[in-house]
Amino acid sequence: MELLDKLTILADAAKYDAACTSSGVDRGARPGGLGSAMAAGCCHSFSADGRCISLLKVLMTNRCIYDCQYCVNRRSNDLPRTAFTPWELAELTMGFYRRNYIEGLFLSSAVWGSPDRTTEAMIQALRLLRQEYSFHGYIHAKAIPGADPALTRQLGLLADRLSVNIELPSEDSLARLCPDKKKRAILAPMAQIRDGIQVSRGELVKYKHAPRFAPAGQSTQMIIGATPESDKHILTLTQALYDKYKLKRVFYSAYVPVSDSALLPARRDFKPPLLREHRLYQADWLLRFYHFRAEELLDEANPNFNPLVDPKCSWALGHMEFFPVEVNRADYEALLRVPGIGVVSARRILTARRCGPLTFEGLKKLGVVLKRAQYFLTCSGKMLEGLRVSPDGVLRHLVAQERPMLAQSVPEQLSLFEQTG
Amino acid sequence: MGWSQVSYHYDGSFAGFLCCVFEAYLHKEAPACFLGPEDGRLSLWPERQISTDEAHAKRVYRSLDRSLGAQGRRLVVYGFLTCLPEREMALWAFLRLGYERGPGVVRDLTDDRVSTLNKAVQHLTGEAHLLKGFVRFSEQEGLLIGEIEPKNRVLPLLRPHFCTRYSGESFVLYDRTHGEALFYRPHRWAIVPLAEFRLNGPAQEEQEYRRLWRRFYDTISIAERYNPKCRMTHMPKRYWGTMTEFQREQEGLPP
Ligand code: SF4
Ligand code: SF4
Repeated sequence: MELLDKLTILADAAKYDAACTSSGVDRGARPGGLGSAMAAGCCHSFSADGRCISLLKVLMTNRCIYDCQYCVNRRSNDLPRTAFTPWELAELTMGFYRRNYIEGLFLSSAVWGSPDRTTEAMIQALRLLRQEYSFHGYIHAKAIPGADPALTRQLGLLADRLSVNIELPSEDSLARLCPDKKKRAILAPMAQIRDGIQVSRGELVKYKHAPRFAPAGQSTQMIIGATPESDKHILTLTQALYDKYKLKRVFYSAYVPVSDSALLPARRDFKPPLLREHRLYQADWLLRFYHFRAEELLDEANPNFNPLVDPKCSWALGHMEFFPVEVNRADYEALLRVPGIGVVSARRILTARRCGPLTFEGLKKLGVVLKRAQYFLTCSGKMLEGLRVSPDGVLRHLVAQERPMLAQSVPEQLSLFEQTG
Repeated sequence: MGWSQVSYHYDGSFAGFLCCVFEAYLHKEAPACFLGPEDGRLSLWPERQISTDEAHAKRVYRSLDRSLGAQGRRLVVYGFLTCLPEREMALWAFLRLGYERGPGVVRDLTDDRVSTLNKAVQHLTGEAHLLKGFVRFSEQEGLLIGEIEPKNRVLPLLRPHFCTRYSGESFVLYDRTHGEALFYRPHRWAIVPLAEFRLNGPAQEEQEYRRLWRRFYDTISIAERYNPKCRMTHMPKRYWGTMTEFQREQEGLPP
């Protein structure tokens, strides 16, 4: 088969995985090699669906022994099957990287023969790339549940980031849709990777040349909307993954119907729940950067996010007693709770108010967008002049502001650069 | 403040600009306008030709760190690379304020003189960040060649990044907008003015990689999530002109 056709098949098979980032390691070049890695991550392009392209995202092979119902690559699906040779994959990565098309490689795989055999094939490809081709760019590799821990370890010594997909948000769903996969089999490598990373960090402090095991940490992803779990369930799970498994990122992937299985939502008229995915990413952001906890955002009475306003606004409207926040006195944490104020704005406020008290005019000059924030702030004790607030009115305004975005069939995708705050 | 108003003619370089600052303080002149070598504007003020003197430039440069702090110096150096209209005037206003107030000036984000410059510099660094990803190189006989059309002069900001990334390679990155190019071969670099830049047609292997990339680009998008508006916000159309994935013309050729 021609390389172009293989690439088409194996990129198509990998495209539903949501993880895109290339962030988390900073590494200068080494003599004789090609490449470096930037801590902040780097988007090289954006596809027509608005998602970032940072890595060459492909499967080693789409040949699979399993039959997970939600997956295009399931055994029972009638598809052309193929596999890269390690050499093809290395050439492709080098060729793309040199031209600055990509920041590195995201190598995943279907389960070919057995988890061990699959992992071995991946190791072989990555070893070729790292050792023969002296490639120092970013590598994200998928650990295959069920593989020998010794193999997973080798994989982690070659890659910058490892991930194990949790696939579905609950054990029940997992049991129904992919009977071959067990929650335990997924969590075992996750724990192994967590511990491996911790040990490696400790050693690196002591010896500069200690082997680096997954220095950019681990991530996971789950499919949203194929199964009945609530947002509360998903966010609580996310939080537990951050707390217990020290994950760097949890990715969500709105289910795109790829099968007529009776266990899944009917394909006809099914729209991937993109808005829901968006809200979950916003909430995930609040967990990671805004010191929120899952239980503050959702509870038994409201187990799902309000589609009309973002989770931070929702929280604020339910906690009006926390507001207004005084711009000239509030601490960083309190500023971060204000709808419309993000990490950058909060930092600027802290800096600028050292030069004297801030006014609403001054906030605008700092680049703070007041559209939403105005309802929740005072400057030296005063609300913005001419502003009328009744709780109902605020909600109506906030909803009106979000509407243009929601009017599109698809909401804006969340990214590092346009956090709404 | 009794400083007489003048227009400065200078060579358009950063060192030249620093010399204008030197002269202004020396003669107690308030520049009302800065004219580069190709600037044909008529000025209403008495004109003065300022020649670039390394020693003067160095003195002013050293004063930046001392009087404005590292952050203030960065604003000035980067500010000069931005596409802010009348950027020299904005820099002059900021410098006056900074010399008076000291390094704390960078915190006064609500002062127009500070915020104007800050915003322009953010635009510059933002554009440089995007271009780290959006630059496309082609290979010609072992040399990597790329072209960009930025609004700001981003080459000095891109230089460390690409020189590290391609430390063992040789490359040229041409800025069409400002007519200058970054040249690199292992462990040496230079940024030089270059009026024109022509490329040979791509060789077979190069064409092959372009085809593979375009195919990957098209395949990786999920049809059910099609969202051109979101793509445009993240990757404004003005960058597309130099990106391989949007150059379709060769696609029709036989492989
Ligand atoms: S910045 Fe966002 S979109 Fe770009 S690579 Fe990182 S996570 Fe992906
Ligand atoms: S094991 Fe992976 S590739 Fe195979 S069917 Fe399941 S999800 Fe798809």
